[in-house]
Amino acid sequence: QDRVVSGKVKDAKDGQPIAGASVLVKGTSIGTQTIADGSFQIKVPATAKALVISYVGFTQQEVAIAGDEVSVSLVSASTSLSDVVVVAYGTRKKTDLTGSVVAVSAKDFQKGNIASSEQLLQGKVAGLQVTSGGGSAGGGSKIRIRGGASLNASNDPLIVIDGVPVESNGIAGSANLLNTINPNDIESMSVLKDASATALYGSRASNGVIIITTKKGVKGKVKYNFNTQAAVGTVANMVDVLTADQIRAIITEDAAATGLNTYKNLLGSANTDWQKQIYQSAPAFDNNISASGSLGKNLPFRLSLGYLNQDGVLKTNNFDRLTSALNLSPKFFDDHLSVNINVKASKTSNRFANEGAIGSAVSFDPTQPVFADNKFGGYYEWLQTDGKPIDLSTRNPLGLLYLRHNTSSVNRVIGNVQLDYKMHFLPDLHVLVNVGIDNASGEGNDNTDSISATNYKTAGRFQYYEQKKKNTLADVSLFYNKDLKEINSKIDVLVGHSYQDFLTEVSNYAAFGQDGKEIDGTAPSFATDKPRYRLESYFTRLNFTVQNKYLLTASLRSDASSKFSKENRVGYFPAFAAAWKLKEEFFKTSSFVNDLKLRLGWGITGQQDGIGYYSYLPRYSQSNATAQYQFGDAFYYYLRPEGYDASIKWETTTTTNIGLDFAFLNNRITGSFDVYEKRTEDLLSEVPVAPGANFVNKITTNVGNMKVRGFEFTLNTVPVRNEDFSWDLGFNVSYNKSEITNLLKNQDPNFKGIDVSGIGGGTGNTIGIHAVGYAPYTFNVFKQVYDKTTGKPIEGLYEDLNRDGIINNDDRYYYKKPAPDFLIGFNTQVTYKQFSVGVAAHGYLGNYIYNNYNSSNGVLRAIKNPINFIGNASTNYLETGFDNNRYLSDYYIENASFFRLDNINLGYNVGRVFKDKASMRLAASIQNVFVITKYKGLDPENASDSGVDGNIYPRPRTFSFGVNLDF
Amino acid sequence: CAKKLDLFPQNDLTPATAYSTADGYKNVLAKIYGGLASTGNTGPAGSSDIQGLDEGSQSPFIRGFFNCEELPTDEAVVAWNDQTIHDFHDLKWSSSDPFLLGMYARPIYNITIGNEYLRESTDDKLASRNITGADAESIKESRAEVRFLRAFNYWVMLDLFGKSTFITEDDGIGTFLPKEIQRPELFSYIESELLAIQSDLAPAKTAVYGRVDQAAAWALLARLYLNAEVYTGTAKFTEAATYSKKVIDAGYALQPDYRKLFMADNDSQKDEFIYAINCDGLKTQSYGNTTFFVHCAAGDDHADFGVGGGWYGYRSTAAFASLFTDLTGETDQRALFTTSAFTPSPEQLVINNISDFNNGLHVNKYVNIRSDGGAVSDVQNNFSDVDFPVFRLSEMYLIYAEAHLRGAGGTDAATALEYVNKIRYRAYGNSYGPGEIGKLSSADLTLQLVLDERGRELYWEGHRRTDLIRYGLLTSGTYLWPWKGGVSSGTAVDSKYNIFPIPAANLTANPSLTQNAGY
Repeated sequence: QDRVVSGKVKDAKDGQPIAGASVLVKGTSIGTQTIADGSFQIKVPATAKALVISYVGFTQQEVAIAGDEVSVSLVSASTSLSDVVVVAYGTRKKTDLTGSVVAVSAKDFQKGNIASSEQLLQGKVAGLQVTSGGGSAGGGSKIRIRGGASLNASNDPLIVIDGVPVESNGIAGSANLLNTINPNDIESMSVLKDASATALYGSRASNGVIIITTKKGVKGKVKYNFNTQAAVGTVANMVDVLTADQIRAIITEDAAATGLNTYKNLLGSANTDWQKQIYQSAPAFDNNISASGSLGKNLPFRLSLGYLNQDGVLKTNNFDRLTSALNLSPKFFDDHLSVNINVKASKTSNRFANEGAIGSAVSFDPTQPVFADNKFGGYYEWLQTDGKPIDLSTRNPLGLLYLRHNTSSVNRVIGNVQLDYKMHFLPDLHVLVNVGIDNASGEGNDNTDSISATNYKTAGRFQYYEQKKKNTLADVSLFYNKDLKEINSKIDVLVGHSYQDFLTEVSNYAAFGQDGKEIDGTAPSFATDKPRYRLESYFTRLNFTVQNKYLLTASLRSDASSKFSKENRVGYFPAFAAAWKLKEEFFKTSSFVNDLKLRLGWGITGQQDGIGYYSYLPRYSQSNATAQYQFGDAFYYYLRPEGYDASIKWETTTTTNIGLDFAFLNNRITGSFDVYEKRTEDLLSEVPVAPGANFVNKITTNVGNMKVRGFEFTLNTVPVRNEDFSWDLGFNVSYNKSEITNLLKNQDPNFKGIDVSGIGGGTGNTIGIHAVGYAPYTFNVFKQVYDKTTGKPIEGLYEDLNRDGIINNDDRYYYKKPAPDFLIGFNTQVTYKQFSVGVAAHGYLGNYIYNNYNSSNGVLRAIKNPINFIGNASTNYLETGFDNNRYLSDYYIENASFFRLDNINLGYNVGRVFKDKASMRLAASIQNVFVITKYKGLDPENASDSGVDGNIYPRPRTFSFGVNLDF
Repeated sequence: CAKKLDLFPQNDLTPATAYSTADGYKNVLAKIYGGLASTGNTGPAGSSDIQGLDEGSQSPFIRGFFNCEELPTDEAVVAWNDQTIHDFHDLKWSSSDPFLLGMYARPIYNITIGNEYLRESTDDKLASRNITGADAESIKESRAEVRFLRAFNYWVMLDLFGKSTFITEDDGIGTFLPKEIQRPELFSYIESELLAIQSDLAPAKTAVYGRVDQAAAWALLARLYLNAEVYTGTAKFTEAATYSKKVIDAGYALQPDYRKLFMADNDSQKDEFIYAINCDGLKTQSYGNTTFFVHCAAGDDHADFGVGGGWYGYRSTAAFASLFTDLTGETDQRALFTTSAFTPSPEQLVINNISDFNNGLHVNKYVNIRSDGGAVSDVQNNFSDVDFPVFRLSEMYLIYAEAHLRGAGGTDAATALEYVNKIRYRAYGNSYGPGEIGKLSSADLTLQLVLDERGRELYWEGHRRTDLIRYGLLTSGTYLWPWKGGVSSGTAVDSKYNIFPIPAANLTANPSLTQNAGY
């Protein structure tokens, strides 16, 4: 006879009821779902023994039917201690990790309107820096793990999506390849920080690895999720510029003083706020639907569709994305063969705004009107007497935006098939074959109208471009697991081979005028180019666990790269790690200590990204059509011998890491502490070559050393946890210090360093230097002298630091650096009954910025432009009163430490709706709420390594509202 | 799988394929000539020969040479804020100067690729590549041209830096540390090379325009010998006169209109040019060849320069203006200073503020306008067609005259006077002007006059610094000009500024190099 069982399903972590969880009578198709308060009632046959409770993102659980009431606490699928974490070539129980790995699951991601997956991690992981390049729709970010270990090679971490290391270099037409992945399809992201965690990726692992795992199908009844979100981005702050009246006053005063009316005669009578003209409130809509369950009996699947359309706050900027992801994970032969098929397809369309308008808007004369009666689209422009635009004058910002139509579309498919076969004759051994592709193709049209003041000479400019990336991967690996009961130990071994091919296909086209005529000099020398590189690798790993107390990991990878000559082609990257579970040793029975583990790791990783594909080869390259020489009446293309370094090889980074993981008080206090040191040798740096020794005067070669030291501390607490009310509080802080310890093959005490960090203003000016004993990109500036009484900087007066009586380049000194000393992340979540409120924030300390906007525009010269037009200036001009640009003064180096409240989000769990057919959650959030900083520029968070702030695309403050339905 | 890791770029050539045909040699030869006109393999910029420096302003030959030869003198000042550019007129540059780094790198780069050509064009190499007959002969002749270009680039090093990294075809390519050659030895090397290649070069006036022949070697020898005393301490004025005379007697002729020498179609003036660096607005684009000249002095009056917009940067000083009695160009037609926006009034000449482009004498010498009224190559008027005359006949006349005044053997006063008067005659409109005011008598012919005449005839062609040094005037207090030494009235500076410092980055990269005294 049937009976009724009732119960309640909660989140094990915070006691929050789970609505929409599926409750199934084991072995039958009888099921129901929980309602808003997590409760359920189900009629079960008398024979039923157990219920199976499941919910997306949580580990499925089976409970025996003992009485009429059951209570179930579901454990979140990736943050729980007993859970597994995705690591290099596999997964590992979190408690068994020997390396420094942080996994962040979907429910802990940054909330709000987020288009690009890396931004989900902002502030969430100690030692991870995610800095968006600005506020452009779909724009990318700089990602740094522990500050980066390279100088001229790439400092970007390796990104692996479902086992496929993906394209890191981007593609024509895409602002950011990571925006092709829909954040809604991501289940978890693992950040691998130390070498013992990353070394299995060998030559691409020096700057850490981020492994993105997408959502999989879950066996059972098909469930659907639909979520929709509407958002609006607004410009919170604009650059401080002078008003039209201030400009009129300054010019009038100047005219009276000099007796020259040249500029006064140019003044207009308008009051135009150019920044207000170019920015807008930008709507965004994001809709996602997914289905997950079993197709038929045995085919678990997940299929999702997503559509995002987002405007930028800069007018004309738009990002549009259609994504689809399919996962199939059937098993065959009594589960001996597991198949996992992932296909992620996306089509992104961009309209890039002409971001030159941002600079124009802050420097365009506010006394001039937006529109004028002219032949340049009716946009006011500075014209010469002959009616043509002044070549070097600022262009009308709106003209820049509306007379250029720069669009692109990028299609990308990332797919892989994993066949995991557990040997019938030896179930301890299984073989995994992983074949993957990452194909992206980008194309676009960058068109400027013929009436644009920028390209009127060629009747506009119409440029088509396209590029394809075809990356393929074939991995074969063998896994062997064995419990060695006699010695109470476990062993697992991995041996694998990997082959990856990276092919880029570039097609080159000439540019045309609107009249259809090819623009002189734009014809490409070659219709196509196909840069390519390949990597072949062997890798092995051994995990050895003794008495569940002592964990040992050893791994070795050998990479052979086509970027290096035969002699240097193969590199070996070993790593060792050991962990000691102090909990098991000393606190086995303690209920206070839930986890305590000491980790030690050491490993060598390499870096080869960011250098040329063929830089070891002697070769000749042909010039393009505009670089030829005339003998008599004929022109001859150049054939140029290229510089090369036959002995170029990987740079190698040796990392040592000591860490402690802990969990106390029923896991209400968890966290970890890591201390690390990274030493990079054979740094791939671009260094001066002895003149005449090679065909180049600078070459990227293996010279130099860098040392990075730091620590990371993460603490997650649950101060309150009860039936109706819970409070989570998380905090992380990390300290990182990078120092270049050598840059030369032949030591030279007079060596100052390598100039880096080009700035805007003048030609060729650089503000930074790579110098031995200092952090990369340390600023190299003149020491400003200040007026003792007014405290103002004295224009053009610097200290003669070397006391030779002459102030010249030799008097520049090293002063501050762009990289932060400390990164801080903070997040908290309070849940009361159906309501939740969350806050996330992050901050930097000790980072400095070169305020290039003030150095360029905070001077009279910016207003009285020497080429006879008027511009606007930074209000900084009122403070300095500088006539001329003093680009290299340390006055413009500013402390840019900041604290940013990234996100406030509100949630309301409505519970069962639509006649109990679905459960609904509502969410609202504000992103980029406020920034606290002393920095005088627009935004202290700078995405460039060089720390040069020339005015970024403002990061919007976004308000969003979303509805989530599970049914 | 190992083979799969051997990849080669689709559009590049291996050295073996590059030199597999005579055409390949010619394309490499074009690069060696073009190293003085272009900055890299993508015009105007994009794949620079010189790394880590601004391709437009710091690695070009013509612009860099101009900055070193003209900016430290009375002939040029600049208004811009580009890095250390003001240090040039201020005569206070340092060894970390990026412009000097580029100016050291450029000639050495040109020499390096020249050496590679010489290594790859030996008889053995040609034979092994089955290049024979006329092709082989032509390549052999081009070897002498490459040696000339190498000598010319070494002369630039000799003059500016007083010594040089020294590499020849006997050195290879790699990471070795080349030796340094000191000034007297470098002088001898250049001299011996030029003397040695005379017979291998095409006879004077027979080379195709843009390539060099014997006269180019003689012209460089004449210039080298004129300054021998500065370079080595031993005067060689007799030789200077000898070789200038060889050029003069080779059949070159002054062209009737001075202005046309610096216009877009100045290849039509080739009878006066012994060697010019060819520039083309469409096919040889660079921001640092004559494109620089036609923009740098242009402002709102850019139409007078034949370009779409000015760069508002370079002008000249009142001291230079004083070489002309009439700045309008009405009498001495070389006074090309009046444009639609600027007239050389006394007030205009005064530079109160060095950063104000509107102050100073505006030089309208190079214009991207064709004398025949035709269209220039670049319809957008961005890049210049003007060829840069490295050696002109008038320089040879003036070398002869100066060498004579300095006691050269085998010269005579009448010839010297005749030569200078030829220049004056053309300058005054092929007439010596009203009342023959342009005509000189033998009493007028003094060393000071020759220097002044060089200023009037050769200004902004890259001679002034070398001339002022030869006359002992660059750093001393004898001759001051506005803003010399960074002071508006001008001041003497340390004599170390007669030679540029070896860029510090090069000393670091190559410990075999040594710094010049005082730096």
